[in-house]
Amino acid sequence: MTQVFLGMPAPGHGNLFEEEPFPQAAHRELGNTQMRKNLRHATHTIRDKRLKVVGELPDWDDLRDSGSAIKNNAMANIEELLLQFEKNFTARGGIVHWARDASEANKIVTELVKATGSTEVVKVKSMATQEIGLNEHLETEGIEAFETDLAELIVQLGHDKPSHILVPAIHKNRTQVRDIFLKEMPGVDPTLTDEPAKLAEAARSHLRKKFLASKVAISGANFALADTGTLGVVESEGNGRMCLTLPETLITVMGIEKVLPQWEDLEVFMQLLPRSSTGERMNPYTSLWTGVTEDDGPQNVHIVLLDNGRTRALSDRFGRTALNCIRCSACMNVCPVYERTGGHAYGSTYPGPIGAILSPLMTGIEAEDNGSLPYASSLCGACYDACPVKINIPEILVHLRGEDVDAKRDTHKLPTQMDLLMKGGSWALGKGKNIGLLEKALPLGRLMAGKNKKIKKLPGIAAGWTQSRDVPAPPNKSFRDWWSDEKESK
Amino acid sequence: MRIALFATCIVDAMYPETAKSTVKILERLGHEVVFPKAQACCGQMHINSGYMSEALPVVENHINAFDTDDYDVAVAPSGSCVASVKHQHPRLAERLGKPELKERAVAVGKRTYELSQLLVDVLGITDAAQQLGSYFPDTITYHPSCHGMRSLQLGDRQLDLLKTVGGINVEILPEADQCCGFGGTFSIKNADVSSAMLEDKVKNICSTGASACAGGDASCLMHIGGGLSRTGAKPKTLHLADILASTMEETVTL
Amino acid sequence: MSAKEEILGRIRSALSDAPVAEQTPREYRKSSEMSEEELIEMLVDRLVDYKAGVEVIESAQIPKFVAAKLKDANSVVYPHGLEQQWLSQLPKGITQIADAPGARLSVAQLDATSAVVTSSQVSIAESGTIILDGEPNQGRRAISLVPDHHLCIVPVSSIVQLLPEAMPRLTITRPLTWISGPSATSDIELERVEGVHGPRTLDVLLVRGL
Repeated sequence: MTQVFLGMPAPGHGNLFEEEPFPQAAHRELGNTQMRKNLRHATHTIRDKRLKVVGELPDWDDLRDSGSAIKNNAMANIEELLLQFEKNFTARGGIVHWARDASEANKIVTELVKATGSTEVVKVKSMATQEIGLNEHLETEGIEAFETDLAELIVQLGHDKPSHILVPAIHKNRTQVRDIFLKEMPGVDPTLTDEPAKLAEAARSHLRKKFLASKVAISGANFALADTGTLGVVESEGNGRMCLTLPETLITVMGIEKVLPQWEDLEVFMQLLPRSSTGERMNPYTSLWTGVTEDDGPQNVHIVLLDNGRTRALSDRFGRTALNCIRCSACMNVCPVYERTGGHAYGSTYPGPIGAILSPLMTGIEAEDNGSLPYASSLCGACYDACPVKINIPEILVHLRGEDVDAKRDTHKLPTQMDLLMKGGSWALGKGKNIGLLEKALPLGRLMAGKNKKIKKLPGIAAGWTQSRDVPAPPNKSFRDWWSDEKESK
Repeated sequence: MRIALFATCIVDAMYPETAKSTVKILERLGHEVVFPKAQACCGQMHINSGYMSEALPVVENHINAFDTDDYDVAVAPSGSCVASVKHQHPRLAERLGKPELKERAVAVGKRTYELSQLLVDVLGITDAAQQLGSYFPDTITYHPSCHGMRSLQLGDRQLDLLKTVGGINVEILPEADQCCGFGGTFSIKNADVSSAMLEDKVKNICSTGASACAGGDASCLMHIGGGLSRTGAKPKTLHLADILASTMEETVTL
Repeated sequence: MSAKEEILGRIRSALSDAPVAEQTPREYRKSSEMSEEELIEMLVDRLVDYKAGVEVIESAQIPKFVAAKLKDANSVVYPHGLEQQWLSQLPKGITQIADAPGARLSVAQLDATSAVVTSSQVSIAESGTIILDGEPNQGRRAISLVPDHHLCIVPVSSIVQLLPEAMPRLTITRPLTWISGPSATSDIELERVEGVHGPRTLDVLLVRGL
């Protein structure tokens, strides 16, 4: 009876994995001083902007409460909402496809493109297609995909990888962007300067012909509204509008968790999203379309509803709120770890705090070593504060650490130093008298510290501490003993 | 009031003066302080490292030690440990399927306060010099620890108390709300990133010209102090409780 | 089993703990009491911040201001339902083309057109957002996208303060375009610069008495 297992949530695959353990990747990225300078500048710029526009709204926390509850409800009723969306989108001439995982989605999109006879597509920035590796797949099928978002274009021309979900080229500064354009952009003006406005203009002329001639566009979607069958894309440059309006065929790839119950819910998310992501009161352009509109825009409209591990995340009752994410990127912009390591260190398409929970939730923590991501945080909580839908990222990080430790318990033949430390600690800190007993050895530590009263080198995993910090000499006597001697004996 | 001191393991073993300072402040206000001897640790290190089953005995021990009628409120000189007691203990009990333990954890959490929370919200302290006789004639800066600032929403309680200490000069720390990089075992598991965060914190502290960086969490202060000491920087670290306990007659020295 | 059946099966199994749907709080602001003057002031402030050109005028002044704003254009496209009289003072040398059912401009023709004039459905002062919904006086989405200069008429009566106040004025199943300033990007160092693929110039006429 394999039937029974067919309905079980399956792990996602595609670009969802750490490529090497986070500490190792972080070590390398920390050495890239130019990248660190670029990131510091960009994240600090956006932090200030976000705080300013969020502070303008007296009901910001009310909006967050609504956003969080709407998303929780949507996830609790997701089956019904997806069916409702399908019915309404189909009734208006759209065609709905379902994809269990990355490879199925890639296959569906490829067949749809091939059916148009086109060998080129223009793309609006989309995390879902990044996650499933669509461009690479299309290439093997002889179809060329042109990214039209400026940052995606920078990444594509630079043969690079995105490092941020909103601004994929955040790790590059203006001069580096100019250099990439000069080297890789066909027909570029050789006197191009590094002024952002000039760089934007270069992108405009480079892509103009493509937009006007393209027959097929591929997009993601920020929202799908169940009660009307409407899809929405939020953008800045107008490349989205170009792709959503001019071609004959539009194929949208969207994770199933993007569905919202009703159209009024937009009034919450369209206040939360722009202020949280680019720190603007509103993004320059938002497009909403409901199936096909006669005489206006693409007449051949498709959507691919993608699982790829989302049901795996949904099945984790302590982690499922990660699916509430609206991809604003506020969490990475405020994260002190992301600020220093950049997005590449996380490996997955989804970097930063949300990526450190979403990636392992979608793949399973035991899968192909996604186990180091939940530790890539000091649990400072800045992400939770900034999250417009109040995803308690630190709490889920801790939960996933628990899953990781439990998964590894069974596979470790020998306990690690951390295992031993934790087991010993469990005994020592599990009883007042145990810690009291150990504290009798404090003078020994004092001896170790010597006359400088500092310990400069510790052995084993504790060496990580003394890499950049001294340990002070312990006191002669614990508080516990002082209390017994001074307070109780009197 | 009868106040139970939750010293926290790090203060008990490494910074006993801070616990003594806490006792001094409360006694000065006329309250009786008790020290439940069965206490050991909040278990945060285990929980945050993912060792949930190893955390359980530690958490149970804490709840057993503090789930008594022997005191009115409990206080700890730590935002992080109080946040753990209030938020992590009930969650751990839920995760491990222990509804009774969860209920007791919630009850203990409700009665547990971080020091500045107790002083400001319960005991009505608004002027440390006037009401506590606090006196510290030196320049300090102040680092708000993450869990106190965000999990407990302490706001400016600690900073406001420090500003009212007699003789003190408080210099505002640039990028104060940025984590120092401690994060428990994060500092050893991700030592490189942690060190990079610490480096910036140390730089910012030094830029204020203060003699000491004050804070409400001994663990973060040990981390920051370790970084200051390693780089040979002048500023020391000092716990909020130690500054509040310092008086004209018995002035704390760095 | 089809992919659809399988995904829905996975969902049912993932939610086997039956999470309870919670009541959605909606305590955010849904109505406002700004005067017309305050609404105009706020919308102007936001649009100027986005680097759009804004004029506040009387309805009788529309032809004059349309002509002034489009004086450098070679050709102007307009949706067939637009008030023709608004274009009545355009200089003779500027070609006027209506985009009408049965007489649609091709993408290439739109690309060769220097400007577009449309009306708008509703505008949100707090965020500086103008919404077009494909009414005959606003036209197909392509016409307000391809020409490099968009002149948009905003009747003062269509301004609200808050997004929730705008929602009832929209027909969601029409193709909607929300416009907040000329095209822009924050993709380089997260600093906003105006002028990418959409119209690089956005001029807005806020019209009293309309």
